[in-house]
This record gives sequence, structure tokens and C-alpha cells, in this order.
Amino acid sequence: MSDVGRSEFLAGARAELPICLGVLPFGLIFGVVAVGAGLPAGLGLAMSSLVFAGSAQFLAVQLLHGGASALIILAATLVINLRHLLYSFSLAPHLQRLAWPWKGLLAYLLTDEAYAVVITRYQNQPGAEGQPADPRYFLGAGLTLWTTWQLSTAAGVFLGAQIPASWSLDFALTLTFIGLVVPSLRDRAVVAAALAGGTLAVLAAGAPYHLGLMLAALGGIAAGLAVERLERPRSEAAA
Amino acid sequence: MNGLWWLIIGMGAITYALRLLPIALSGKGELPPVVRRGLRMVPAAVLSALIVPDLLVHDTRTLSLVNPRLFAGLSAVLVAWRTRNIALTLLVGMAALWLSAALLT
Repeated sequence: MSDVGRSEFLAGARAELPICLGVLPFGLIFGVVAVGAGLPAGLGLAMSSLVFAGSAQFLAVQLLHGGASALIILAATLVINLRHLLYSFSLAPHLQRLAWPWKGLLAYLLTDEAYAVVITRYQNQPGAEGQPADPRYFLGAGLTLWTTWQLSTAAGVFLGAQIPASWSLDFALTLTFIGLVVPSLRDRAVVAAALAGGTLAVLAAGAPYHLGLMLAALGGIAAGLAVERLERPRSEAAA
Repeated sequence: MNGLWWLIIGMGAITYALRLLPIALSGKGELPPVVRRGLRMVPAAVLSALIVPDLLVHDTRTLSLVNPRLFAGLSAVLVAWRTRNIALTLLVGMAALWLSAALLT
């Protein structure tokens, strides 16, 4: 790499580091609960490198633990990871002049955490007219996060194997979800989505093949959209 | 290779496709507005659908209001709401689970 390339790579890596501090415990917890929920260590590690999407990984472990079918898990992966389409759309104009191998590699590294850092940079310092934004910045940020995720998962898998099942560590999954969802309940539409999703899931808990989860997810999203629509005219009138 | 490996490969393929497609197509086309707005609701709807049954439902059919998981879960909600700290939420939740399990049995 040229000097410019190296400094772009390092700048991306440096910008990602603070986020990695927050991701580290997640990877650790994922490794521990994956083993706690009965997933073989090798599969837990494979999930972190092949899927490389924290929330989908937690979700899959939870569903596997509950005996859900593969089809439900794949459908849930699609729904929970749909947001990556949005990230990809928003970065596409900055990357469109890059060669294929770059596009393929950067897409693999496109996580919530890398997106947050990279889009800020690309919007503030786009490439010169007709030039792509520097992909090495993205590479530095993405690889830093990737390395953090792989190492912390591995440490968690190792740790999880030492913890006895009587500690009910699978419950840590549910607690992680609570820690994620409660702070996100900032407006009525999102609260409605959460309430409807939770209620429908309990009502449909007996449904075969864990179809209740998909039903609850779609019902929750619909409830959130409905509340948003009801509120919009009022807030526009106020403004 | 057993089914779990194929499942993980499938999850990886779906995730990669979602990340790659718009970049590969150079951002041509657009998401319908209802999908854009709906995406904001996904985490709350999906995560709640996972959380609530785990706190309330036992053995897939019986609803139970006196159980350690419900008590621990509510403690965790309180901590998450007041502190927004995931590590603390985990610690308090696990401690509450062990404590109430010891008291209820």
C-alpha cells in the first residue's frame, strides 16, 4: 500500500476502535450463550465468520435452542437483516466506480458499526469529482470490527465451555435483547410495535414451526406503522 | 456436513446478498417508502416477540405469572430503562434469576 493508502486504512481503523470497545462484550456474550444454548463451538465460530451479523446470530441461537425449523430461522435472518439493504443503498453511490473485488469485499464487511463510521466520513469527505471515495478507509474500519468480533466470539466460546448448564446462561440472550430494545422505545410508534410484537408472540406461542415469531414480527411492524400514520397529521398540524 | 452447517451457510448467503445487492447494482432502484418506514419497527417488534414469551410461557403452552424468569426480566427492563447499560442489565438480570429461582424452589 502507498503512504496515502496506509494512512487511509489506519484512519478507518482508528475511527472504528471506540465502537469496538462496545462490541467486544457482545461477541463475548454471543460465544458464551451459543455454547450455553447447546451449539457446538465450531458452529458458533463459523456463524461469526459466515454470517457476521450480531443480532441475527443471537436470534438464530435463541430459535435453535427453542427447536425452531431452519426455514423459520432463515426467514427471521432475512427480516432482521433487511436494514443492511438500506446501508448498502446509501453507500452504493460512493463505491460505484470501484472494481468488483473491492465491492465484494466491502459488502462482506458492511455491518451496523462499520456503516456508522464509513458513511460519516464519505458524506463529509467524498472523493474528488468522478473519483470513488477511498475504499481503504472502509477496509480499515471494517477489518478492525471484523477482527474484534471474531476474537471476542472465540474467547466467549472458550469461556462458555467452562460454565455449567445450571447457571441458566441461555437467559443471558433474553436479557441482551431487553438491554437492546428498552432504550430504543423512544416514540409511540416503536412502543406500539414492541407491545404488539410481544403480545402476539405470547398468543401464538403454541403455533407450529415457530410461525408465531413471524406473525408477531409482522403484526408488530404493522402496529407501529399504523400508530405512525395516526400521529402524522397531528404533528403536521402542530408544526 | 450436517444440517446446522447448511443453515449457517444459508444465513450467511442471505445476509451477504442484502449487503451486496445495492452496491453491486450501483444503487439503481429504490426501496418502497413503506419498507423504509417499517424497518424502523423491526428490532422492537422482533426482539419483543422473543423476550415476552421467554418470560411468560413455560413448555410452549402454559402461561405462568409466578416464575423466576418473569421477575428477572422485569428487573432487567427497569435497569435497561434507567441506565441504558447492557452489561449492567445482564448482571442484574442474571442475579435476579438466580436469587428468585433459589427463593421459589
